[in-house]
Amino acid sequence: MSEDLKKYDKSLLQDLLKTMMRIRRFEEKAAQAYGLRKFGGFCHLYIGQEAVAAGSVAAVNLENDYIITAYRDHGHALAVGMSPDTVMAELFGRIDGCSRGKGGSMHLFDADKHFYGGHGIVGAHIPLAAGMALKIKYHEEPGVVLCFFGDGAIHQGSFHETLNMASVWKLPVVYICENNHYGMGTDFRRVSSQPQLYKMADSYRMAGREVNGMDALEVYDNVVEAASQVRQDNVPALIEMKTYRYQGHSMSDPAKYRTKDEVAEYKNQDPIVILKDRMTEAGLLDEQEYKKLDNEMKNAAKDSVEFAEKSKRPELKTMFEDVFA
Amino acid sequence: MPKIAFREALRQAMDEEMQRDENVLLMGEEVAQYNGAYKVSRGLWDKYGDKRVIDTPITEEGFTGIGIGAAMAGLRPIVEWMTFNFSIQALDQIINNAAKMRYMSGGQFSLPIVFRGPNGPAEWLSCQHSQAIASIYAHVPGLKVVSPCTPYDAKGLLKTAIRDDNPVIFMEAELLYGLEGEVPEDEYLIGFGEADIKRSGEDLTIISFGKVVHMALKAAKALEQDDIDAEVIDLRSIKPLDEDTIVKSVSKTGRCIVVDESWPFASVGSHVAWLVGNRCFDMLDAPVELVSSEDIPMPYEHTLELAAQPTQDKIFSAVEKVLYLN
Ligand SMILES: Cc1ncc(C[n+]2csc(CCOP(=O)(O)OP(=O)(O)O)c2C)c(N)n1
Repeated sequence: MSEDLKKYDKSLLQDLLKTMMRIRRFEEKAAQAYGLRKFGGFCHLYIGQEAVAAGSVAAVNLENDYIITAYRDHGHALAVGMSPDTVMAELFGRIDGCSRGKGGSMHLFDADKHFYGGHGIVGAHIPLAAGMALKIKYHEEPGVVLCFFGDGAIHQGSFHETLNMASVWKLPVVYICENNHYGMGTDFRRVSSQPQLYKMADSYRMAGREVNGMDALEVYDNVVEAASQVRQDNVPALIEMKTYRYQGHSMSDPAKYRTKDEVAEYKNQDPIVILKDRMTEAGLLDEQEYKKLDNEMKNAAKDSVEFAEKSKRPELKTMFEDVFA
Repeated sequence: MPKIAFREALRQAMDEEMQRDENVLLMGEEVAQYNGAYKVSRGLWDKYGDKRVIDTPITEEGFTGIGIGAAMAGLRPIVEWMTFNFSIQALDQIINNAAKMRYMSGGQFSLPIVFRGPNGPAEWLSCQHSQAIASIYAHVPGLKVVSPCTPYDAKGLLKTAIRDDNPVIFMEAELLYGLEGEVPEDEYLIGFGEADIKRSGEDLTIISFGKVVHMALKAAKALEQDDIDAEVIDLRSIKPLDEDTIVKSVSKTGRCIVVDESWPFASVGSHVAWLVGNRCFDMLDAPVELVSSEDIPMPYEHTLELAAQPTQDKIFSAVEKVLYLN
C-alpha cells in the first residue's frame, strides 16, 4: 500500500486530503445552518463524493483549464480554491457571496478561477462545456474543460446531442459522470438501458473509463491521464466515477429508497479515511497532524458561517442589477 | 445608394462584423457548405472557412447551448436557427442559460451572442412551420429582441446585435428575405430602443414591427383616399422598447391601432396596447385596437391561412372603430 504513494508529491497528497476535509467540514456546517433555517431553498450536499471534486480539480491547471458542474456544486467550488466564506455567504444569499446573493446554493460561480458554475437544470450545462472548449480550440489555447454531472443527467438529450458534436468537432472536454447511484430517489439501474454508463462513450467514438470515485488518487490519476489524452489527441473523453452520497438528494430527502447496508458499505470506503490511512501507513501523516488539519478545517467552516452572518443582505436596488452587461 | 435584398443586407452585416472582430463566428444547420437554408450566409464559408462558419447537426438544444458556453468563455457567436419554429427545442438553453447566466452569477459573465433566423408565418406550411413567436422571447428578462422590416434596418440592427454584449434574439421574416431596399455602402449602426416613424400622419397611430409593418403602410396609403392620415411606427426593437416615440405619436393623434402577427393573448401587441392605454389615457379619443393573428394554430389551406393573420381589412375595421366611422 504505502509503496505506491511514493510516486506522488507529498504536497499533492496533503492538498487532496485537505480539500476533501475542507469540503466535508463545510458541508456539515452548511447542513447545520440550514437546519437552523439560516438559509433556505434546496441544499444538495456533496458528503461522500469529495474524492471526485478534489482529485479531478487537482489534476488540471485552472490557468488554462475550466470547470463546470451542476447544482451539487459546493464541493467543486471549494476544490477550485474559492474561499469557504464567499461560498457560505452565497448560500446565505448575502452580498459578499460569490454571485452577490443572486445565485444561491445551486449557482456558485467564479469566472476568474475558471469556475463556470453551478447549474440547476439537469443536463443543461453539458453543452456549455463544449462551447467553452470551442473557445479553447478557436484560440488554440492549451486548456481542457472538466464537465461534471450526475447519473441522472446522462439520459438527457443535451448529453447525447453534445457528445456527438464534441466528438465530431474534436473539442477538449472531459465529461465526468459522478455516478452516485441515484437521481433523487431513482436508482440508476432502474432507468439506464446501459448501466455501465462509461460505455456510452462508445457511441460517440471517444474513450470511456470507469473509476473508483471513492479513491482520490485513482480519480486524480485517471483525470490526469484522460486530460492529457484529450489535449494530445484532440478528442473528448468520458469518465464514470463510481461514488456515493451519504445524505439524501437534498436536505428535504430522508433517502428511504436505499438500504442501511448499502449506505454502510460505502461509508466503509470513505474517501477521507482511505487517503488518511494510506498516508499514515506511508509515514506521511500522524494522528496529531490529522487532528490539527481537521481543526483548521472545522474552524474555517465555522468562520465561514460567521462571515456569512455578518455580510449584509443585498440592497433592494441590486435586484435590478446584472440583467444586462 | 445601392438597392439590395434583405438577405444580402444580413449577409453584409455578418461579413463586416466577422472581418472586424475575429471572435465573431457563425454556427447552425446548413450555414456553411450549403450557404444557409435561406441563403443568408452565402459565401461566408468560402471566405472564413470551417473554423468560423460551422455546420451543426440537427440538434437545436445542443448547438444553442454550445454557442452559449462559447459566449460565456469570450467568443461572439451568431447562432442561426433554420427557422424560429425549431428554436422551441432550444428554449431551455435560451431562457434558463442565455438569459439568466449574467444575473445568477452576480454579473460575472457577459453573453455576447446573437440568435437569428426566420420567424413568422410563411405560406402553405401549416402550424408547425408557420408561426410568429416574438412574444415568447419578449416575455423573458435578460434577452433583447429585435425584428427589422427593411434591408436598411436589418443591416444596421444586426451589426448592433453582434456588437452587443448581451443575448439578442434577432427575428427575420421568412417572407421578407427577397425584399429589396436601399442600403448605403458606408458603415452604419442602428441602436436598439429606437423606433422608426415609417410614415408620419395626424389622425391615428398604427404601431407595428416586422413584416406586418408593410401591411400597415399599405393600409395607410389606401386610407389617404378617404382623407385619413395615419402615422405608422415601426418598433424595430421590441426589447428595449421605445416608449417615448409611442407616447409622443399617440399624444399627437389621440387614436391607436397595434398590428402584431403573433397570437393575441399575452403578446407584444397586447402589451403595447396596454402601455398606450396606461400612458396615454388622457390623450386617447378611443380605446386602443389590437389587430393580431387569430388565437388558433396556423391552418394549411391558403385562404384560411391568410384569414388567420392580420389583413388589411382587419386594419380598416380597426380604423373605423378608433375613428367611430360606423
Ligand atoms: C430538467 C430537470 N428535470 C428535473 C429536475 C429536478 N431534479 C433536480 S436534481 C434531480 C436528480 C438528478 O440526479 P443526478 O443527475 O444523478 O445528480 P445528483 O443529484 O445525483 O448529483 C432532479 C430530477 C431538474 N432540476 N431539471
